[in-house]
Amino acid sequence: MQNTQTPEYAIETKSLFIFYGSFAAVSEVTMKIEKQKITAIIGPSGCGKSTLLRAFNRMNDFVPSSYVTGEILMQGQNLYGKEIDPVEVRRKIGMVFQKPNPFPKSIYENISWGAKINGFKGNMDELVEQSLRSAALWDEVKDLLKKSAYELSGGQQQRLCIARTIAIQPEIILMDEPASALDPISTLRIEELMQELKKNYTIIIVTHNMQQAARVSDYTAMMMIDDNRSGGVIEFDKTQTIFTRPKDKRTEDYVTGRFG
Amino acid sequence: MNPTHNHFPEGPSFRSTLNTRYRVASVWQALFFSALLIAIISLTALIYDVVDGAFGYVAYDYKKDPATFTSTPLEDLTKEELLTTLQANLSSGAYNKLNNEKAMETRLRGELYTLFLERLIQLDIKKTWSFTESIMRAGAIRTEAAEKYPDAKLEFRSWLTPQFLTSPMSSKAEFAGVRTAILGSLWLVGIALLFALPLGTGAAIYLQEYAPKNWLTGIIQMNINNLAGVPSIVYGMLGLAIFVRVLAPLTSGSMFGVTDTNGRTVLSAGLTMGILILPLIIINAQEAIKAVPDSLRQAAYGVGATKWQTVWHHILPNSIAGILTGSILALSRALGETAPLIVVGASTFISVDPRGPFSKFTALPIQIYQWTTRAQSEFHAIAAGAIIVLLVLLLTLNATAILLRNRFQRKY
Ligand SMILES: Nc1ncnc2c1ncn2[C@@H]1O[C@H](COP(=O)(O)OP(=O)(O)OP(=O)(O)O)[C@@H](O)[C@H]1O
Ligand SMILES: [Mg+2]
Repeated sequence: MQNTQTPEYAIETKSLFIFYGSFAAVSEVTMKIEKQKITAIIGPSGCGKSTLLRAFNRMNDFVPSSYVTGEILMQGQNLYGKEIDPVEVRRKIGMVFQKPNPFPKSIYENISWGAKINGFKGNMDELVEQSLRSAALWDEVKDLLKKSAYELSGGQQQRLCIARTIAIQPEIILMDEPASALDPISTLRIEELMQELKKNYTIIIVTHNMQQAARVSDYTAMMMIDDNRSGGVIEFDKTQTIFTRPKDKRTEDYVTGRFG
Repeated sequence: MNPTHNHFPEGPSFRSTLNTRYRVASVWQALFFSALLIAIISLTALIYDVVDGAFGYVAYDYKKDPATFTSTPLEDLTKEELLTTLQANLSSGAYNKLNNEKAMETRLRGELYTLFLERLIQLDIKKTWSFTESIMRAGAIRTEAAEKYPDAKLEFRSWLTPQFLTSPMSSKAEFAGVRTAILGSLWLVGIALLFALPLGTGAAIYLQEYAPKNWLTGIIQMNINNLAGVPSIVYGMLGLAIFVRVLAPLTSGSMFGVTDTNGRTVLSAGLTMGILILPLIIINAQEAIKAVPDSLRQAAYGVGATKWQTVWHHILPNSIAGILTGSILALSRALGETAPLIVVGASTFISVDPRGPFSKFTALPIQIYQWTTRAQSEFHAIAAGAIIVLLVLLLTLNATAILLRNRFQRKY
């Protein structure tokens, strides 16, 4: 499957700028993200990783001053086009947040709610079990489905949030430092889980953890701010290349820990 | 700068600056403590004053000897005996009038007994003493009563009795009760809540979740905050102009075929109270909604929820306890308001229960105000009794609010 076959892209950006008011937090990003691969976004704090990630499922819409120019294309459609409803975008592109944020409801309802509001007509019990299994949480919670999600540990809560996202069967899953609030063992479980999930989903993950990016991702985008404090992707390549033979000196400094 | 050079005081001079710091601290501490002390003293004085009025000695006699009506001791009279005695001794006109107000057979023994005391033997209060006097000068009171009112009986009584709670208004303090006023107050806060809770919650949701943050919503927000501080009498004027006058066909019930009232109904007053507490409810509800963390909104939007689904399934359920708590506290303000009720036209003497939104009404604070303006000391005593009733109602409301808050407090 080398060369001859053009890879399929889940989503791509074309000269994407993201503004907060007059401040361009992210400038000129053009990248193609391959289907059923894990793409990591790395870079120093404040360089616009979260901003870029949230642009993919239009979560930035909730910041009143924010707007984008350029395009984010999914199956040839611009997600910021006039005819596109952001609610539909978020159903297709799910998101897992930095801090686990389950609903203050039962474990079962945490999974079923998203499916229900999106009009799911199948067998809910099955969907809940399936999603929890996919998130490697089923065995731990199968007897606690009626219990509040807050009774779970942080790592379990984060996997519940992943299960909740899987339950609405998105095409892409965005993760913003999903393991940064977790201990090493929970982190490892999430990483294993991502390897499992990429068989069915395209995953884009923001991480500060270089080893994590190197371990889990297939592609890595290196972001950095320019002289105007505006962030941009300075290098985007296979993860192996980024970590062994980066083209940009700044990337090399950053991934080897010599940055700053 | 030379890092080894020490700019801090050391030894005795350090200790002396430390002592100065402690002195300043202890002065402030003393000030805070005296503030607390003054608050406690004022509260104690308030409670003492009320209790002082509501209990104490009373000297009374009967204008007519009970023996002329019945040979049975008063306490042992049965309902039937009371009924026949009343029928036999009241003029037939007076008896029929009473019967028309409420059929005599259906009245309880207590009610008939009150009528017996009021109409036949005509219990007459000579003098009342406060609780403090009754305790401190019991002997002097006894001699004074024996000298001045040789025929009177002297009795230590509580003006706050079950009967006081269940009797309607009367022109004689010893038979008057707060039943009509309690029911009126309950109708008032009920109508106010029905009106202001949905409206206030809706406005708060709109302001917090939907309204864009611009100069217009800024002005609206500022006005709501200011409205919460507008003197209540102004709301009274508003209620008089709008509910009593302009909306008279609605508030008097004439639209619905009610003919015997004008716009000065419990509905008008309840709506006025509703307007009065509306800004409080909006502000409290906004606070409750603000307390719902953004991470929860993001979670909901993240699985493809619309704004309405997020509000309905997450924001409301997670803020409703706070909204209710705030509303109850707002209600307790409405319960104690007097001025707007006077303006809107609460009845000052009314003995029929409010039966519906178009009834005339009175309320506890009105009743209290009314009684305290009377010259006779026994009215001051029942005013004190009514104040205790009002305070108990207020405390109950506040306790409910606290229970609600503790019960539904959420961690995120
Ligand atoms: N809601 C907002 N309003 C205005 N400016 C914002 C907002 N959110 C982020 N920014 C700005 O955009 C820039 C990028 O922020 P962003 O959160 O995307 O960085 P990040 O790379 O995710 O950083 P970190 O690694 O610390 O999470 C920063 O300069 C930040 O101040
Ligand atoms: Mg971030």
